[in-house]
Amino acid sequence: MNTRIAILALLLITSTAARAQQAPPSGDILVQNATVLTITQGTLTSADILILDGKIAALGEEISPPEGATVIDATGLYVMPGIIDAHSHIGVSNVNEPTAPVTAQVSVGDVLNPYSVSIYRALAGGVTTSHVMHGSANVIGGQNETIKHRWGMTDPAALRMAGAPRTIKFALGENPTRVHGRGNSVRPASRMGVEYVLRETFSKAERYRESWKRYEGEIRTDARAIPPPYNGQLEVITDILTGDILIHCHSYRADEILMLLDVLEDFGVDRVTFQHVNEGFKIAPELAAFGKHGAAASVFADWWAYKFEVYYSTAYNAAILARNGVLTSINSDSGELNRHLYHEAAKSQKYGDLSDDEALALITINPAKQLGIEDRVGSIEVGKDGDLALFTAHPLSIYAIPQTTIIDGRVYFDRDRDPDDVRLQVDPEAAVDIAVLHEKHDHQACLEDGSLTVYDLAQELE
Amino acid sequence: MMAFFFSLILATGLVATPAPDSVIALTNARIVTVTGDTIERGTLVMDRDVIVALGPDVAIPQSARVIDCTGLTIYPGLIDSGTQIGLVEVGSLAETRDGSELGDLSPQMKALTAVNPNGVAIPVTRISGVTTVLTEPSGGMLPGQAALINLHGYTPMQMYAGFEGVALRFPRTGRRGRFDRRSDEDVQKAADKAQKKLDDTWDGGELYHRIDSTYRAAPEQGRRPEYVPSMAALLPVIRGKQTLIIYVDTAKDIEAAIKWVEERKIQKVVFSGLAEGWRVADKLAAANIPCLVGPVLSVPTRSSDRYDKAYANASLLHEAGVTVALRSDDTANARNLPYHAGFAATYGLEKEAALRAVTTVPAEIFGVADRLGSLEVGKEATLFVADGDPFETRTRIHHVFIAGYDIPMESRHTRLYDEFLSRDPALKKHERN
Repeated sequence: MNTRIAILALLLITSTAARAQQAPPSGDILVQNATVLTITQGTLTSADILILDGKIAALGEEISPPEGATVIDATGLYVMPGIIDAHSHIGVSNVNEPTAPVTAQVSVGDVLNPYSVSIYRALAGGVTTSHVMHGSANVIGGQNETIKHRWGMTDPAALRMAGAPRTIKFALGENPTRVHGRGNSVRPASRMGVEYVLRETFSKAERYRESWKRYEGEIRTDARAIPPPYNGQLEVITDILTGDILIHCHSYRADEILMLLDVLEDFGVDRVTFQHVNEGFKIAPELAAFGKHGAAASVFADWWAYKFEVYYSTAYNAAILARNGVLTSINSDSGELNRHLYHEAAKSQKYGDLSDDEALALITINPAKQLGIEDRVGSIEVGKDGDLALFTAHPLSIYAIPQTTIIDGRVYFDRDRDPDDVRLQVDPEAAVDIAVLHEKHDHQACLEDGSLTVYDLAQELE
Repeated sequence: MMAFFFSLILATGLVATPAPDSVIALTNARIVTVTGDTIERGTLVMDRDVIVALGPDVAIPQSARVIDCTGLTIYPGLIDSGTQIGLVEVGSLAETRDGSELGDLSPQMKALTAVNPNGVAIPVTRISGVTTVLTEPSGGMLPGQAALINLHGYTPMQMYAGFEGVALRFPRTGRRGRFDRRSDEDVQKAADKAQKKLDDTWDGGELYHRIDSTYRAAPEQGRRPEYVPSMAALLPVIRGKQTLIIYVDTAKDIEAAIKWVEERKIQKVVFSGLAEGWRVADKLAAANIPCLVGPVLSVPTRSSDRYDKAYANASLLHEAGVTVALRSDDTANARNLPYHAGFAATYGLEKEAALRAVTTVPAEIFGVADRLGSLEVGKEATLFVADGDPFETRTRIHHVFIAGYDIPMESRHTRLYDEFLSRDPALKKHERN
């Protein structure tokens, strides 16, 4: 390497490193004169939003900016709460631990990758929070992580949304039966087997919990009582049964969804969100009637026909579910689609006559409720996190462009000011950045290539 | 009996009822002709499959069925320049995929042969205003011949819209994707091998052309050339009679393809895909090769690229002077073609150019502009009626006509909505004993 290149490389490293270390300045922002789509409290015209120390402090007209606050003139712009994607796989270096039908002990929170440019691309679509999920290779997969898109923070822990409830991935139907039953001759190979894996695992966890309770009683009177063997997996399952971990279940067909509702009822679990749930429309009344609050559904706006279990689909799914009282969200499950969730919400509005607020709730307050973070995000209300997405037109219009994205009162995306190349980590020795062509969405791509190993396949099952 | 028959039609959902009236007048409509001026309030009359009158003051024939289109706008049917509609039913099931034949060299395969007129995606797509699509074979270097089809008809030939082009997947020099773990050396070797295979194949095709031409000039003097179906299928391209559709995406490959087209003197050629077209827009413009660009709703090819480059690609190509048509590169959701065009328009392409990119431009590229792509007297009555801008998400399509057939505004998606919005019985649980 000659000297000039070396210096250039050094400069590159230091400049990107400098950018990477620095959080955007201040958690104090005043957004002025905007059309504010609060979602929960109607639409305000020519309104100001004041964010102090990362929280929404005031909402109203002609708020004067406190000293040191960043002032954004949003005249002509539309402001909505930062979009929440209830199903994503961005910003992680692994998606699946496909080696067993139950892998509850692993967590995608352990493999967060703050350098993944997909985080910035999501921001550029107005998305501030993603529910980053484990893959769908297992009946009970790994734990998920709810992150905020704090692009530029290189500490993986800085991406975490501290305080968000723990969640775990379940998966029914074609994916776990193919990977384990057909791929490895291990149950489940059928939807019957999926129920069996669930009931067996839950029953084991119940026994495990009982054995620890027994021990905790014994140790009070007997100092020599022997504790049961520790089991990391069953510890997690126990937390599911007690409701400390929320279930987010990859599922498509009505029958398998009803099956899980029955199993959960038998084991006393009251909360569940079904993911994808393309046939949810068929059993919307059953979903709405489940437990104390109903089972929730996080669906695609219009994806279908990429596999047999989504052949009998309808783009009116979200509308049918919502109209039947099911808490419904629209998710992406894709590093492409998550950049235009506002457009996906608009399609769901078209397919079934939803109001503007109903459509926007699908990507804001509803997914917030499904993730148990609705007291923090999902609407523009005083006291909530200062997470906002600014658009050049109404976000349900095809002509809307996300202009600025704010998290915790800091600007993390600005269409006019950001450089084209936003990478945080550049290898100075790599010749050029490799062009990777966009694959058709992952479900389809993974299934079309029979030459992939089970491991590769599982990597793709999202 | 009629009710039963009707429900049967609904159940299969694939049959469009032929227009019972041979003459239909769409009145009081805004008419976007695309090629001519927009008529703010006028009438369009079709007689069977042809537009016979159109304008602000058109006499409505006595026999006409009149559809009042007050507040609505008529557009020519949208053309998607890249799908696998009719060839792929369920993406993951090999039994339902007919777009890919064995082997690298199969230009003799015809997509039209395998088009299933009863594909469930067909009604789903056409009621969104997408009336005509290029449906493409996909496997290997020369996967076969793509066909332009209208999304209505009982047989593939009824659907055929007048264009077939030979597909060539230009050799890719880069990696296949995120999971391509080959070494740089292996990637290069594979690329060189593929390029050599293409060149050898084309040498063979040109030789076959010379042998075949010599024989045809004097059949009595020579032996009939050996039957080589893959070579025979290349003859119309080599002779400049049929279009070669070259699928190519990265900048380096696009440049190589431009050079190859010049060297091989390919007379009728279009490029398709062009994910990195914007990087070499000037070269594409100078080469004067029309481009079928898309998907627009896509991520940038490189992590160093500006986040919106895929959205802006069509616009940047258009500005450089490239002839641009748009493609969804989708099958189940080719219905989203208007939104691909809408995103292209949002990120720089003028709305009129975006509309042309899904109407007149592909019609011209495919050589069917005398029938499709615009609203003019004498052209095919393939059009739709909407309550607004066709790219805007909330816009609804009220009527679709394909070659004069009044298409039922139904699909599996609408029928499941009708059945399940208010399900009956709503909630009834049977206890197990």
